[in-house]
Parts: sequence; structure tokens; C-alpha cells
Amino acid sequence: MKAFQYVRSTTAKSAIDALAKDPAAMFLAGGTNLVDLMKRGVTEPDKLIDISRLPYNKIEKESSGVRIGALALNSQVAEDKLILEKWPLLALALNAGASAQLRNKATVGGNMLQRTRCGYFYDTEMDCNKRQPGSGCGAKEGYNRMHAIFGTSEQCIAVHPSDMCIALAALDSTVIVQGPKGERKIPFADFHRLPGDHPEKDNTLEKGELITAVTLPDSPYAKNVHYLKVRDRTSYAFALVSVAAALELEGKTIKSARLAMGGVAHKPWRLLEAEKALVGQTISEATFQKAAEIAMHGAKGYAYNSFKLKMAPNSIVEALKIAAGLTS
Amino acid sequence: MKTSKKKVENEARRDFLKQSSVLSALVLSPGKAVKDPEWEEKVAAPFEKVSLKLEINGIKHNLTVEPRTTLLDLLREQLHLTGTKKGCDFGQCGACTVHSDGQRINSCLTLAVTEDGKKITTIEGISKGDDLHPMQEAFIKHDGFQCGYCTPGQIMSGIACIREGHADTEDEIREYMSGNICRCGAYPNIVDAIMEVKKGGQTV
Repeated sequence: MKAFQYVRSTTAKSAIDALAKDPAAMFLAGGTNLVDLMKRGVTEPDKLIDISRLPYNKIEKESSGVRIGALALNSQVAEDKLILEKWPLLALALNAGASAQLRNKATVGGNMLQRTRCGYFYDTEMDCNKRQPGSGCGAKEGYNRMHAIFGTSEQCIAVHPSDMCIALAALDSTVIVQGPKGERKIPFADFHRLPGDHPEKDNTLEKGELITAVTLPDSPYAKNVHYLKVRDRTSYAFALVSVAAALELEGKTIKSARLAMGGVAHKPWRLLEAEKALVGQTISEATFQKAAEIAMHGAKGYAYNSFKLKMAPNSIVEALKIAAGLTS
Repeated sequence: MKTSKKKVENEARRDFLKQSSVLSALVLSPGKAVKDPEWEEKVAAPFEKVSLKLEINGIKHNLTVEPRTTLLDLLREQLHLTGTKKGCDFGQCGACTVHSDGQRINSCLTLAVTEDGKKITTIEGISKGDDLHPMQEAFIKHDGFQCGYCTPGQIMSGIACIREGHADTEDEIREYMSGNICRCGAYPNIVDAIMEVKKGGQTV
């Protein structure tokens, strides 16, 4: 690992100042993605600003909704009583991600900031516009089995690997950030970005900004939820496709719905049109199939990942059926 | 599995630039901070060694490390606690699993300096002298290994799995042990060993 300067911060202010004035500096929280990337020479910061013990690790009930500190651990959130009771979809998604050891280190903010990535990003011998802008994309004509089917660009077809973020996208969360200009709130849908012509940028954070919390509004989705993760092995593998499904039911009628997909795009992929199509409908396989069909508009497969064009709608239907209690 | 009593003294210990006075004047979230007296503002240049206090298997150590030193390398190379294994070195295999303040973590993805002030338990720290930990006994009884390389990580993870309350069924154990890979394929026996310790009800 390349040597770096180490700065330990005890206040958000000092951390933000240190990052804002140094273009080659990065924040370090749990390190489960960053240290990995540094060992492989993919990311080589000159300076790490250790924010791991800033006071942002609490999960607090608010007058409306909940505020989850950016440094709350993934395992801590997944086991939290309030989260399990009111936002179980988030706990399901968290427990589907990584391993128990990694969840004990990975933070909520760090999970959001893990790189959108693929094997070509990790292999420093390969072309990758995300790692080295302008070098080309090895994946587009290469082995692209894990890659995106929505929102790709000529520059990049990698996917964001988080499970937690798929639930946060579905649950209308908001990202709270502190920066040199003060605090701002970013709707979760606007936090991550599509690759476009700048695949090196995974999100819309500005230089010097620090995530301090994620807030979730009160949710009617405490019961009929499911997180379905389809992967090459039963546990501890990235999603080929994942679906976060949440239904608000009145009898068998869908009052409202939330749907998001993972493993299919450069960012958590919210299915707004499919959600709309579910409202007012009766729960049934046919209803869910129609929503899945709508969700797949604009999908595009590559040489090795076209199976996702079938797996994704099937997964949407399956997740909705389980959420609705039509199957176990 | 004897605990190394070697106490590593401060080698080349230095004082570090403290920048607390000016910067801590502006705290963005007043009232929320719980001041950790050991956790002070610190700056270390590349290659410069940072002072670090760790309690490892009940023994307090004052150490110095480069910022890029992982907890795994510190344990193995500096403290000669070689029971913790380096498998993949990228957080994928779990051979390096240790407990930090009681929580299982991958020591290979943990920079040692970030653990300052914490209590680390390694495989060397779980037996009481020659009395093996119940999980060690169970691994022997159920033949929970072949080559043995992943075993320290499996045992540390298995203990945590029970403590976390995730060892009620075989399926649950398989799920919560998925961060520990065994390429010899001793999984059924590992699950049996953990199940037996869980059912035995001993404190782990």
C-alpha cells in the first residue's frame, strides 16, 4: 500500500477543513472498501482523514421518521429495534450484504460511498474510464456478466453493489451532509449518479462534504416488505439482481408501493413507473407481472448479461409476491 | 496456543502535532460528542510512525506503527501473534477474523491506527492456559478442519456468531458464518461444532 499522511479528526469542522484544502485527501470511516482499493493500488490517496469516531453513530427517533448517523455500523442498524419494527426492509437489505465481519466495520455513510465498480475497475492493467478517465471501458466489449442493464453510457456499465442503498432508495430517504458552506439535504434519488461522460464520479457530493446522517420518513411499509437478492452463491456475494419491494395494503388492494432494484445500474434503481402501476390494483401475479414489464422499459443487455433482462422482471414479481404474502 | 507475553516498548516514539486548539473551537454538533480522552487530533506524515495503545488478549501494549499498517500485520509481524492468519488479505476469506471490543472484524481491512484504545482478542487469547475454549474443544471433537489454515478465523467467528444470537439453526449459522471460507470444505463439521457449543449453553 502506498504510504499516506494520516490525520485524525475529532470534530466535523476539522475533518471538512482538512479535506476541502487537500484535493488528494479522502475520509476514512470503516475502510472496508477504501482499504481494499488502496491495497490493490486502485485508489491512492495522499492523505487519509480518520473520521471514524466523530459523534455520528446514533439511531434516533425524530418527530417524524428516524435519523441514522452516518457512522452507525451496518450491523448496528440491521439489529436496531426501531428499524426492525418500522423499517424492516432496511434491515433485510443490510443483512443481505457483505459478511458479518464487514457489517461490523462498514458504516452507513461508507456503504453509500463504496465505489460503483466492476472487475475492470479493480484490475489496474485494464482500461477503465472510472479509474482512469479517458482510458476506455474494458467491460463494454469484455466479460460483462455482472454489469448494468439500465442507465449505462459509452463510458461505463458498472453497477453500484450496495444492498442497503436499494432499501434507502425505496424508502424515500434523505442524505444530510455538512460542507464548507454548511449543511444541505440531498434526496436519496439524487445522491448517486449515472455514469454519463463522468463515470469517475459516483455521486453528487462536493469537495469537502461529509455525510453526517440519513433520515427516513415515517413509513407505512412495516409489514409487507421483501428484499430479494439473486446471486451466484447463497450468501456473501454481490447481487446479479436484487429487488426491494414494499407494499401498503388495504385488504387485497394496493394503497401504495415502493420498488427499487440493485445490480442493474450505476446507481440504486428506483422503479417509479412500476410503483404507480401497482396503486389501486389487487394483489395478484398478473398485477405484479404488468408492473415488472413496465419496470423493464429501456433495459439493454450486453454480451454476457442479457440473462438479467429475464431475471430482473422475474425477481420483481417474486419479491412482490413474497411481500404481499402470496408465496413464502 | 500460548499467549505471547512479549511487551513491545515504544520504539521511536514521537510526539505528534496536535492541532486541536484552533480546529476544535468550532464544533458542528454541540452536545452530541462523547469525548474520548484517548482519541485526540493527530497528524502523521507518510512513513512517520504513530503511537497507539491496544489491549491485546488482556495485555496492554504501547505501540508505534506506520499509518498504513493493518491490524493483521501488526499482530503477526510486530507482536508475533501468528495464530491470526493472512488468507486473501482483502476481506473475502475471514482467516484474519479477530474481536475488537468484542465484535468480530476482518483485521486485514482494519488500519491498526484506527483501533487506538480498543481491546483486541485473537485466537491466542481465548483459552485459559491449557484449558481450551469450548469452541476449540468442539472443533476438535467434530473435526471442524482439514488443513487448519482457516480455523482460527472460523473459531473467532463462531464464538461471535453465538454471542450475536445468530446460531439458533444450522441455516442461520451458515448465513452468519458466510464470511469465513474453508477451501477444504469442512463446513458441515464446522456447523456441527458451533451448534454443539450453542446447545451446550456455555458462556462463550
